[in-house]
Amino acid sequence: MSRLAVSIKTQSLTLRVDTRAYGAKLLNLRDSRAIVPPPTEPMPERRLQAENLHLWRGDRHVLRGVRLCVNSGECLQITGGNGAGKTTLLRTLSGLMYPEEGTITWGGENIRRDLQAFHADLAYIGHEPPLKPDLTAEENLRYWVGVRRKLATHDMNRELGRLGADQWGNRPIRTLSAGQKRRVALAGLLLIAAPLWLLDEPTTNLDAEGQRLVGTLIEEHLARGGLAVAAIHHELTISPAVIRRLELSSK
Amino acid sequence: MNTSVIETSSTGTSALEAARLVLARDIRLALRKRGQLIQPLAFFAIVTTLFPLGISPELSRLRDVAPGVLWVAALLSSLLALEFLFRDDAQDGTLEQHVLSGQSLTWLLFAKTVAHWLLTGLPLAVMAPLAGLSLGVPAAALSGIVVSVAIGSVALSLIGSIGAALTLGVKRSGALLSLLTLPLSMPVLIFGARATELAIRGAGFAPPLYLLGALAVLGITLAPLAAAAAVRISLE
Amino acid sequence: MAWTWFHRLGSPPYIYGLAARLTPWFAWLAAVLIIGGLYGGLILAPPDYQQGDDFRIIYVHAPSAWMSLMVYSTMAISAGVGLIWRIKIAHAAAASCAPIGASFTFAALVTGSLWGERMWGTYWEWDPRLTSELILLFLYLGYMGLRSAMDDMQRADRASAVLAVVGIVNVPIIHYSVLWWNSLHQAPSVMQLAKPTMPPSMLIPLLMMLFGFTVLFVALLLVRLRAEILNRERAASWIREAVTQ
Repeated sequence: MSRLAVSIKTQSLTLRVDTRAYGAKLLNLRDSRAIVPPPTEPMPERRLQAENLHLWRGDRHVLRGVRLCVNSGECLQITGGNGAGKTTLLRTLSGLMYPEEGTITWGGENIRRDLQAFHADLAYIGHEPPLKPDLTAEENLRYWVGVRRKLATHDMNRELGRLGADQWGNRPIRTLSAGQKRRVALAGLLLIAAPLWLLDEPTTNLDAEGQRLVGTLIEEHLARGGLAVAAIHHELTISPAVIRRLELSSK
Repeated sequence: MNTSVIETSSTGTSALEAARLVLARDIRLALRKRGQLIQPLAFFAIVTTLFPLGISPELSRLRDVAPGVLWVAALLSSLLALEFLFRDDAQDGTLEQHVLSGQSLTWLLFAKTVAHWLLTGLPLAVMAPLAGLSLGVPAAALSGIVVSVAIGSVALSLIGSIGAALTLGVKRSGALLSLLTLPLSMPVLIFGARATELAIRGAGFAPPLYLLGALAVLGITLAPLAAAAAVRISLE
Repeated sequence: MAWTWFHRLGSPPYIYGLAARLTPWFAWLAAVLIIGGLYGGLILAPPDYQQGDDFRIIYVHAPSAWMSLMVYSTMAISAGVGLIWRIKIAHAAAASCAPIGASFTFAALVTGSLWGERMWGTYWEWDPRLTSELILLFLYLGYMGLRSAMDDMQRADRASAVLAVVGIVNVPIIHYSVLWWNSLHQAPSVMQLAKPTMPPSMLIPLLMMLFGFTVLFVALLLVRLRAEILNRERAASWIREAVTQ
């Protein structure tokens, strides 16, 4: 067990050296700032707005003129029964689904104009945590987050620790429980450090302490100037002042 | 010299680094599931064994059909391997995260296809000479077979990536995948088999190899675009 | 203002009505051209000095083969338009093209094989044109297979559109690689009748048939397009009015 951990450590070490070389060569980076943990950086004022969204799935009119607006520091809580279109709305806001009518703007600009730039500002976690069963929690984060931004090991360990997931970081995801997977995915969410969070049922499978933790994480994110849109059954444990609500009716 | 200055905790990942990570992940995953890797190779070996049993044990007769046998077997086994290309990623949400990564999806899928080729096409090229020997191919022709299969399988992986992406929303997609992919792969079969045939005869096989290379280059430029479009559609 | 025609072309009720009005015109024109072409080709044209009356199958074979490619191009173009500008009616048109094109391809294969029996003594010869035609049939079958495998109409539209566009890029590659392959293995085929050296008495009926088949395709496309629109818009209120009228 300990040998395994050591070998992984050395691997991650070479990986880091490697990425530095890449960055220095390709981008000619000279960043002399002290090590700043990503989540504490202030975020610019932003607004996510949707106007008159209509979306059909076959004969089913799922989104019927949805409009919404979320500003920096606000959380939009989407409620509604099963089949009301919560997931569809989130996927539409993320740009994965294409509404037949209506527009979505991010910072005043239609998200379709530069979808890639919009996605760089966005972290989306769907129903299932996007983790590979055959990789360990740490490997998963290294690849998943690493594709988006440079990931420092100490940042990863800090966030895994925050979620209480550090002691199983070396275990393959398939050996973890659903709640443990959720915690790893939430660590990934923090590490991506995007201003806009789109969360589909972020508290599923979490115990009471975990659910409170999700509330705290969202609150901290909002305090930094982030935005969050969450589809959720249970009430979030965050201050009502920053919450907006959107109720989707299933007909 | 201050060596610790490049602590880029707030910069985004470069496209090259992102592709390298996608490649590394796919290879690491494949090495953890070696059974899946071996299946297409075993399939290739079995199919090439069937022909002597079905035609004749005479090597002189087998030598005539060897190019066709080798290439049809290569085509079918690369088809078999395609089902793994996107399926797992689609199921566990990784594909969705690729789309939402802020990186170019075309580029990430290209990296995935390169990984797929390294894990299936290249081993096939290494194995093809063994199958060739069993079909009476002279030893001098084996290097030609390796090169042509290596280049041809690049084109096959790329063409296949389109089919695999298009059938993502389909439940039992095996037969459909072959119906979509095989007609598009026929030029690869034609040029590949021709190169192999010339190599067996001891003639210069460069012209069909160039054409095969041209197909691979065309595939590299266009296939990832089509695959990316198809992946987006499957997530809509 | 210049774009209003474009938007109207994207509107299902408008297209539905337009197709209904245009269908008879194209159908009658096709009937006249095809009957005239057949009369000219089968009765008026003189027998070929080499093949006798056998060559007359060209009046069905060549137009079918021409249509098989022409319909595929139409399908790919309208699929591409649907994909890029998200116009539903373009997807409906592409979907309507596929069975028509596959039928023409099948007809070209059957007539080619019958002709081959008279010329070569076998029903199948790996002639480059017949081989390309066969691969084209597989492309059509793949397109239709992909469509029918998907439950969701929008996804089926867009996925099959990508396939059609990929297919049209590949059609010339397949065609030339098959030509190249064939030239290695056998002498050039004897089936080279459709040359401009044909006497006008043979050529004019052939051109009439080509044109007639093209118009027939348009008529069939309009009919299928109406059916496709009815199916897709079955929930819309204008359909009820249009059908009960």
